[in-house]
Amino acid sequence: MPERTGRIQSISGNLIAVKFQGSIIQNEVGFVVCGKERLKSEVIRISGDTAYMQVFESTKGLKIDDVVEFSGQMLSVQLGPGLLGQIYDGLQNPLPELAAKHGFFLKRGVFLNAIDFNSKWHFTPLVKPGDSVSAGMPLGYVPESIFKHYIMVPFYLSGSFSVEDIAAEGEYQIKDIIASIKDSQANKHNINMAFAWPVKIPITAYRQKLAPNESLITKVRIIDTFYPIARGGTYCIPGPFGAGKTVLQQITSRHAETDVVVIAACGERAGEIVDTLRTFPELVDPRTGKSLMERTIIICNTSSMPVAAREASVYTAATLGEYYRQMGLSVLLLADSTSRWAQAMREVSGRLEEIPGEEAFPAYLESRISEFYERAGLVELLSGENSSLTIGGTISPAGGNFEEPVTQATLKVVGAFLGLSRDRAEARKFPSIHPLESWSKYPSFIPAESAQEAKKILFKGNEVNQMMKVVGEEGTSLEDFIIYLKAEFLDSVYLQQNGFDEVDAVTSPERQEYVFTKVHKILSSDFLLEDKAPARDFFYQLRHMFIDWNYKEWDSQEFKEQEKEIDSFLKDRTGNKS
Amino acid sequence: MRKVYNKILSISGNVITVKAKDVSYEELAEVSTQQGKSLAQVIKLDEDTVYLQVFAGSRGISTDDEVRFLGRPMEVAFSDKMLGRIFDGSGMPRDKGPALTENLVPIAGPSVNPAKRIIPRNMIRTNIPMIDVFNSLVVSQKLPIFSVSGEPYNELLARIALQAEVDMIILGGVGLKHDEYLFFKDVLEEGGALNRSIFFIHTASDPVVEGLMVPDLSLAVAEQFALSGKNILVLLTNMTNFADALKEISITMEQVPSNRGFPGDLYSQLAARYEKAVDFEGAGSITILAVTTMPGDDVTHPVPDNTGYITEGQFYLRNGRIEPFGSLSRLKQLVNDKTRKDHRAIMDGMIQLYAEYKNTEEKRAMGFRMSPWDKKLLKYGRLFESEMMDLSVNTSLEKALDKGWNILSECFNPEETSFRTDLIEEFWPRKQQDTEDIKKKIDK
Repeated sequence: MPERTGRIQSISGNLIAVKFQGSIIQNEVGFVVCGKERLKSEVIRISGDTAYMQVFESTKGLKIDDVVEFSGQMLSVQLGPGLLGQIYDGLQNPLPELAAKHGFFLKRGVFLNAIDFNSKWHFTPLVKPGDSVSAGMPLGYVPESIFKHYIMVPFYLSGSFSVEDIAAEGEYQIKDIIASIKDSQANKHNINMAFAWPVKIPITAYRQKLAPNESLITKVRIIDTFYPIARGGTYCIPGPFGAGKTVLQQITSRHAETDVVVIAACGERAGEIVDTLRTFPELVDPRTGKSLMERTIIICNTSSMPVAAREASVYTAATLGEYYRQMGLSVLLLADSTSRWAQAMREVSGRLEEIPGEEAFPAYLESRISEFYERAGLVELLSGENSSLTIGGTISPAGGNFEEPVTQATLKVVGAFLGLSRDRAEARKFPSIHPLESWSKYPSFIPAESAQEAKKILFKGNEVNQMMKVVGEEGTSLEDFIIYLKAEFLDSVYLQQNGFDEVDAVTSPERQEYVFTKVHKILSSDFLLEDKAPARDFFYQLRHMFIDWNYKEWDSQEFKEQEKEIDSFLKDRTGNKS
Repeated sequence: MRKVYNKILSISGNVITVKAKDVSYEELAEVSTQQGKSLAQVIKLDEDTVYLQVFAGSRGISTDDEVRFLGRPMEVAFSDKMLGRIFDGSGMPRDKGPALTENLVPIAGPSVNPAKRIIPRNMIRTNIPMIDVFNSLVVSQKLPIFSVSGEPYNELLARIALQAEVDMIILGGVGLKHDEYLFFKDVLEEGGALNRSIFFIHTASDPVVEGLMVPDLSLAVAEQFALSGKNILVLLTNMTNFADALKEISITMEQVPSNRGFPGDLYSQLAARYEKAVDFEGAGSITILAVTTMPGDDVTHPVPDNTGYITEGQFYLRNGRIEPFGSLSRLKQLVNDKTRKDHRAIMDGMIQLYAEYKNTEEKRAMGFRMSPWDKKLLKYGRLFESEMMDLSVNTSLEKALDKGWNILSECFNPEETSFRTDLIEEFWPRKQQDTEDIKKKIDK
């Protein structure tokens, strides 16, 4: 193929217009040649013989008539063993290797291999010559962390193939040919352990997509009990700054019951991701006994890194998530924050001088957001196994106002909405998920009716509280006052959770079921309370005992003793008012 | 020799265009007018049309004035000779000293690799209790002071500059009033800190575009000193003026505005500056304190709003005091466990009681009757405001903690507070003398 090139015609920010000859592909990658540096960029609009390209690096120093070399490939990521535990920028450049080579700063125009081509992997074949295979079917596997990493027929090969050759069990490098397969026209394809896949195209090498119906346990009580998320489902966490979005994502990334976690730190503070980078290797995953890093991939494109790469980073993350889903694993993708991604689209759209929509976001904002979330899903693989990709995105709405376009567009497509509230955050109520405004369409392991009843008490308690602000405590009936106290009780002992305490931060589903049953019983009981003062005392004492109970290890001796104390305390006061 | 062009095609706002070849993006040019020479920077290239933003503004530029391209991007000198010097928004001397041309470094360089960052671990003491005790400032933190016009935010910055334990101070002033600039100069001179300070000052009467360069100049110099092992405190005041300058340029360039006229990349622009705060492993550090005035005291205005998403907390300066509510140092947890063991307890305990005082104060104002507990709270609140919150209080962290216990013991019995028993045994003042002292003060 003759080398296809173009020349720069105009430069504005990170957008360049390039005059080209011959053909060009939408979303094709090109490299701007600037002295010794080659700057990666992507075609985002074509008009006549001019291609508009976003440059993934700083455009400082570029000139009119500089050469752009087109690659013929869409923006892609490398897929193969060795992705777990890696820290990448938005274009899958490994950051620790970059730091080792170039020091403190991110040097422009440097690209390193995403996976180490020299390391050896122990390959075990799963097919034999003559077997019939198609895209996404495993040819063999190598062990990676605690998983079997399947070496699959590359997803870009369509049709059915027969296996010609397959490597014997043994140690191989990534680029060693481990199989060759033949299509119906007898064309031979050699296959090694890695291949590239364009990030903006979803991987669909599965039999069908199923409805998400099983909860994904996060061990956060308010989520699991009241606003559950589902394996293969989607959820969003909007909240103003300081409400604890990132902390909530960090806790989820640690404790969620899932095989692989992909963290996309998209346009947020570098300091926050550093915390994850430095602590994850030392934290032990209780399920596997290995470091948490071994089940995690971090895509890190912080706020001061080039904005076009920020736009790409969520797609990179989604592609890596889909790849591990193909291996029968349950994958959780956490994107923090999707607003920064939307803003990146807005910046590019502004430079293209597109007609702006609301708040200058491009008109295609909604469709891009829904495309992204639609990449989540519970799927039935070709092997008949089920696996899932769950996507949770935070949103940073301007001014903390949920009416803005990104939040609204996201709410249309997600299955659960965990809205964070500034008031609750400032009152140091963690997690600051708003118990009245949030919702979820997914089922919980807690019976729906009892959760509904508890929510009703919260709702009524809030009404009473509002009323009390006007008429004072004196003007409130005892009955209403008790409802208010019950709502407060539910809030402080069950909805709030101490994220810094080892026991309280992580509540298993068994424990949630057990404790919630007890809480629910209290909420629906009548107590012998003559007046407001004793009522308040009673609930405050009860609250104190429950909070202590929350700190006791599940099923331990202390847990049982505390429970006995609570039971006997309750026994004295329970009765039926007639 | 670089080519000289003397046909200016258009002049609009502070942006001029010329036809020129072989010009690179963000290159500098020199425009010579009747008023003198001014620097200009390439902000857009469209075939052979070059868009330049002129630092001195376009006023008085003639269409046949000379434009000479310099073949380099914006750079700033970096040397020890800069200490004690004052420069303007294009890096030229504002004092009477010579211009510095050696050892030039480009401004607005690439960002730090996140994999090379470390978890912040050192506190910067300022001797201001509302900061040290309640919201500790941490090395490599970026923290804005949210305030409104008329508040003493520059006084606060100057005091922090004088008292903070850092090697060097770099002050970046954007749109400063001339007297504010003189104020900074005088205070630092009197405090003997001028010889470890560098000023980049853009005043309100200077051309708007020059203000855009100030944060980049300050941070580029800071970065070089930090790499050579110095701990630098960068003070930026006022970042709202910086954002307004961005707005002005983007509107001139006919960019689509996003929110209240601000450009869509306001977040990225602010982040590119604030994210320069860093602690280099094995070298120095940059800590950024900035002032953001909130137009109309509205925290949801695009400038404070975007800033809040970028920075690691914020101080609210209201009525001449750092507000305990809303103010937050996100990094304080990383350092306040290593100071004194009662630090966190005092931090939480005193604020909780102060919050209760606020409720009582509200009740009192509405005419409700005050219970004995309410009276205790009222006394506590007033003491807390005068002995802790007042900006004139100047005392070390340890003394401030002791004072905290004194105030508590003056107002409450130990069991009325929520402190752990072991802390009360160790720290609750027993001597009558301590409380006497405070009593005297109140009586005064």
